[in-house]
Amino acid sequence: MVAETQPTGEKPKKPQDNRVGKPSFLRRYVSQVGIVGVGLAMWLAFVIAAPQVFTNQNIYIAFAQTTPQFGIIAIALTFVVITGEMDLSFPSIMALGTAVFCLLAQGGLAWPLALVAAFGTGALCGWINGTLVAWLNIPSLVITIGTSFLFRGLELVMMDGTGVPLTAQEYPEMHAIFRSSPFGIPVQTLWMIIILIGAWFLLNRSRFGAHVFLVGDNPTSARLMGINAVSVKTRAFMLVGVMATFSGLMTSIYGFYFWPTTGEGFLLNTIASVFLGGTSVFGGTGSVAGTFFASYIIGAINAGVVAAGINAFYTQLAFGLVIVVSVVLQTLIDRRMKRQSLTGR
Amino acid sequence: MTQTTTPPGTPVIELRNVSKTFGEVRSLSGVDFAVYPGEIVGLLGDNGAGKSTLVKTVMGFHAPDPGGEIWFNGERIDDWSVARARDLGIETIYQERALCEKQPIWRNMFMGREPRTKWGLLDVARMRSESARLMSDHMGFTSAAVHPDNVVATMSGGEKQGVAITRALYFDANLVILDEPTVGLSLTETKKTLDFVSGIKTAGKSAIFIDHNIFHVYPVVDRLYVLDRGKVAGIYQKSEISMDDLIERLYHVARTGSLN
Ligand SMILES: Nc1ncnc2c1ncn2[C@@H]1O[C@H](COP(=O)(O)OP(=O)(O)OP(=O)(O)O)[C@@H](O)[C@H]1O
Ligand SMILES: [Mg+2]
Repeated sequence: MVAETQPTGEKPKKPQDNRVGKPSFLRRYVSQVGIVGVGLAMWLAFVIAAPQVFTNQNIYIAFAQTTPQFGIIAIALTFVVITGEMDLSFPSIMALGTAVFCLLAQGGLAWPLALVAAFGTGALCGWINGTLVAWLNIPSLVITIGTSFLFRGLELVMMDGTGVPLTAQEYPEMHAIFRSSPFGIPVQTLWMIIILIGAWFLLNRSRFGAHVFLVGDNPTSARLMGINAVSVKTRAFMLVGVMATFSGLMTSIYGFYFWPTTGEGFLLNTIASVFLGGTSVFGGTGSVAGTFFASYIIGAINAGVVAAGINAFYTQLAFGLVIVVSVVLQTLIDRRMKRQSLTGR
Repeated sequence: MTQTTTPPGTPVIELRNVSKTFGEVRSLSGVDFAVYPGEIVGLLGDNGAGKSTLVKTVMGFHAPDPGGEIWFNGERIDDWSVARARDLGIETIYQERALCEKQPIWRNMFMGREPRTKWGLLDVARMRSESARLMSDHMGFTSAAVHPDNVVATMSGGEKQGVAITRALYFDANLVILDEPTVGLSLTETKKTLDFVSGIKTAGKSAIFIDHNIFHVYPVVDRLYVLDRGKVAGIYQKSEISMDDLIERLYHVARTGSLN
């Protein structure tokens, strides 16, 4: 906590040395600047370690195709984390939303309608999470473990444990949407950029976004000033639901097949991207741009360690190092910038 | 209960038979309370008497227990909420200030009533520039001293309060509620705040003023409610009672729980 001494006596004029100007660019964007720095440093390390791999564009294409699979969810999850909550159920929503698409499309429904139904399913799952968390005031870490099993179980029952092939012949439009390369750029990364821009406007230039920050910072204050905290949190969870479905479809189309286990292995990458991107676990602060860059760093470790011929066992070690070191650095720089003491927070 | 002549006209806001229970604690019981146009109403009572609970019920933050009614300008309102109250021109400086400390000043200043551009986007430029203007005009901060982008957590206690006070003034409310606004303020800031309360009356608007310092309350108010353990223990027209009398009675209430 910052000292809350209240001036009681006379204090008509502030002393001259008390003046602080506009916070510098660096102070305001310290997390983002930090994360870009980490990314560049890592890339240089990879180029030096395995120049023949990292000067070839194939590695970058693979990386641009797979990173958005979790990065898109991470961008949406940033909203939930800023409101001071967490969602652990998105891997199951990825599968459930995609399952709904597959079943409806197999059953003969036109693909756009099946797509709408899939997104509707994702939104509904998010609504359920949000309502349980915000309206009934259940800790999100606990309840989304529960709904995670619930959504996964429902999906497994619906699919009877079997997968669905998603060939380009049968679903040409879906492949155009989720797996093409317009102008040679993998469409997955184009989507991620479009979603980043949309999310940036939503978070920084809409009332909803403003309320996301306020509710995460101090829910009681926000409510005293007339903000509907329940609705804000619910909408944030719904955003994750819809984006998880988007990612589930993108991931499945990428592999030409919907596996009932879709989403497994996504949990930690996604959450790590949010925190590595500078969003605070305490709520109230965060940035979607930070999450965007952090996702690519996580993706680069995944793709890079393997491609560089380093034993894949080292992936986790590299993850751990990058995440722990950069989060510690971010915290230290952040406190220094904001002139807070190290111990008293 | 002492009944006195009430001012003419329809109350801006009225509570009828309002009770509020939190679990086992009954913070308000059967309270009738009204504020008339152009009137400054003082609210006095011991710690825990229910003053803050009363104003939070007026604001729509607490819903009254079943049976209680809220009337606005002569109309009974069932779906009262803070957003609704603020839309209808009621602003409050809460005792706990209701700030979000990790956010910059400009986000706090417009919390819950963020301006938008004609395309529906958040008007961040205006929020910043208005905050800077308000801070130098009303709070006496020179624009170099505190920048709208500074987070509230780094400000002094009095400065934080300045943000909460200025925020309530900005929206040009018809009814301003001030719950212990002068606690922790310097002499000059206290005087400014009291002058502001008097100014509300001059502008023909109303206010509810809570302050434990009777020397702050008595000079600016028209009418006084004394609350005791959740009940209205007395209502006074200022013209009917001298400050000394009032102080005497407040001591009496504290001792015996009744005014007579
Ligand atoms: N949200 C709440 N939950 C439980 N009890 C509450 C709540 N709000 C208020 N109370 C209780 O209601 C009673 C009245 O509180 P209130 O804050 O209205 O008093 P007050 O008159 O404003 O006192 P003070 O002068 O100390 O500010 C207290 O006993 C308090 O503990
Ligand atoms: Mg109080």
